[in-house]
Amino acid sequence: MKAHSALFTVTTATNKPSNRGLGLFLLIGLGLLVVATLSVCLGSVHFSLGEVLRALLGSEEMNGVHRQIIVDFRLPQVVTALLSGAALGTAGLLMQTVFRNPLADPFVLGVNSGASLGVAIVLLVIGPVGLSLTDGLDGSGQMLLILASSGGAAATLFVVLLLSRRVDIMSVLIIGLMISYTIGALVSILMFFSMAERLQSFINWSFGDYGNVSWAQMQFFAPAILGGIALSCLFMKPLDALLLGERYAQSVGTRAKQVRFFVLLGASLLAGTVTGFCGPIGFLGIAAPHLSRYLFQTSQHRVLIPASILVGALLSVSADFVARGPGLDVVLPLNAITALIGAPVIIAALVKQRKLKRLF
Amino acid sequence: MATKAQLTAKQLSIGYQHGAETTTVARALDCSLRGGEFVCLLGPNGAGKSTLIRTLAGMQPPLSGELTLRGKALNAIAPRERARAVSVVLTETMPSGMMDAYSMVSLGRHPYSGWFGGLSAEDRERIEWALGAVGAMPLANRQVAELSDGERQKVSIARALAQEAKLMLLDEPTAFLDLPRRVELMSILRSLAQRENLALLLSTHDLDLALRFADRLWLMTTDGRLIQGAPEALALDGQFAEVFASENLDWDAATGSFRTHPVPCLNVQIEGGGLERVWTQRALERLGFGIATEGDTVAFSIKVSAGAWELERFGLIQLFDNIESLIEWIRGVDWRG
Repeated sequence: MKAHSALFTVTTATNKPSNRGLGLFLLIGLGLLVVATLSVCLGSVHFSLGEVLRALLGSEEMNGVHRQIIVDFRLPQVVTALLSGAALGTAGLLMQTVFRNPLADPFVLGVNSGASLGVAIVLLVIGPVGLSLTDGLDGSGQMLLILASSGGAAATLFVVLLLSRRVDIMSVLIIGLMISYTIGALVSILMFFSMAERLQSFINWSFGDYGNVSWAQMQFFAPAILGGIALSCLFMKPLDALLLGERYAQSVGTRAKQVRFFVLLGASLLAGTVTGFCGPIGFLGIAAPHLSRYLFQTSQHRVLIPASILVGALLSVSADFVARGPGLDVVLPLNAITALIGAPVIIAALVKQRKLKRLF
Repeated sequence: MATKAQLTAKQLSIGYQHGAETTTVARALDCSLRGGEFVCLLGPNGAGKSTLIRTLAGMQPPLSGELTLRGKALNAIAPRERARAVSVVLTETMPSGMMDAYSMVSLGRHPYSGWFGGLSAEDRERIEWALGAVGAMPLANRQVAELSDGERQKVSIARALAQEAKLMLLDEPTAFLDLPRRVELMSILRSLAQRENLALLLSTHDLDLALRFADRLWLMTTDGRLIQGAPEALALDGQFAEVFASENLDWDAATGSFRTHPVPCLNVQIEGGGLERVWTQRALERLGFGIATEGDTVAFSIKVSAGAWELERFGLIQLFDNIESLIEWIRGVDWRG
């Protein structure tokens, strides 16, 4: 065959930079480990690594209160941050691929606004009428918020997915956007008629917080996130094909409509779960996939999915660490920090890349 | 050579169904595509060429009729199996950020790879063969977004080739390309069809190239019929004129091309031969003159010889030593008077 002569010259050149990729994965993983460890050690009270290990191993000589801080507060918060970041990074990547739009984030289908409506109804409508969750932070109140928020997200998702079956992908994007605006308007009206202290608790929810997931709630949170990520991993290959558009994807044997449905469902479940338990966390979902593409210089999902998981987790744990302001007496709004970290990351990647076309 | 039909359509009606509303683009089509045959699909804009290609590719259900791929109903074949038999090159742009040409071509291996999408040695060999077959080997490591239209089209075709399908459907792959690139692409496709025994259907507006390269032509008419035949046969029996000609466009069977005909009001007599005569005649036609035949009254006459034009008008003779100055002179005269 004629092609053989040319074959050998190129084979070496087209071998993908798998070594570079592996090194990067290790580096990001290591960074994640370091930040997570720091995050458990430092805070309003500082602990040494030894103390943390002793607390984890259940050593008797540990101060009971300190042990409680480490095991029941710091650790679940770091795990929550890690899982949320991984979930949002993955969901963002899936949305960007399915919509072929670099601005798509995990919430394009409106799960965030759905959740906020659920929470607004609980905090602003039911709360004042007399249900006993005045503090909104006691155990049952927190669970109610999670239910309201997840329920709102699920209801919105259901409506959008139902509508999206009969239209093309661009219209799905716009339908999601319009539903978000509509729900946002309803929330505004609820806020307009609410008392100041009620508003404050709603605003606090909208800042986002990883500190609300106890070990008991983790039993629901962690499996939902891990399940969603596992579901996404099943679609690595069809997602690659979807980069060419639905028609081309079909032509290489992908059941594009089915894949689209399951990927949208998986991504929204991931995003909705995070919003349900932690409030709306912005920016990570856009930043993590962009940064992953930039770092790994590829569009293959078998690289980008694990990369977005790790990068998302790293950004998320770092943002949480900064927001808790170790050594300071304030806790900053998590959402402000994710945006402060996320936006420059996107800008830097774009400027360095010069053209969005190359990123997407 | 094997001439068994890859794809056969019987009484096929194509179009769109929106709820209860049906738009039929073409009906009662009977056609087939055979291995080793390069077929060009021609037709005016809006005749339904893309619809036909999408229907034949199984991306759009036919309104009625029978569509069989190697004897099996097309819609009964699983997507993956169909992808091994039919590949496409579509008009829609391929987004391709962070994707080099090699990765893009490797997507053509999806019908063969496992769920993880990893490439075997055989996959790699086939990808490199596909890149080589269209002369895109040097592009392998370039980002697709940075390629020129012509280069991207080659990579697109390589991606389809990597699919190892015996039937390839291409929707206007030569649009946006300059003439040399179009000729190159057509000859690559033609030789591929023969060498690999592929059945190739390509829609194009490029009548001239289709006439030169295609084994068979399919002409789609605006009233939804499909006229088939060898290019030369269609040219001889005037089918082209019927499909394409309009009030101010003439099919010229002698040159195999179309000609505009703003009704000439003045005739010119032309003598002489050679290339100079051919191009002088073209210039005159472009400027709105007819070529006089015996007995016509003439506005002026031209004697053409190598490098010299002798123009006679009202008994006066003017000499031009290049065609440009001749054209300048003709354009400078007010002929309406």
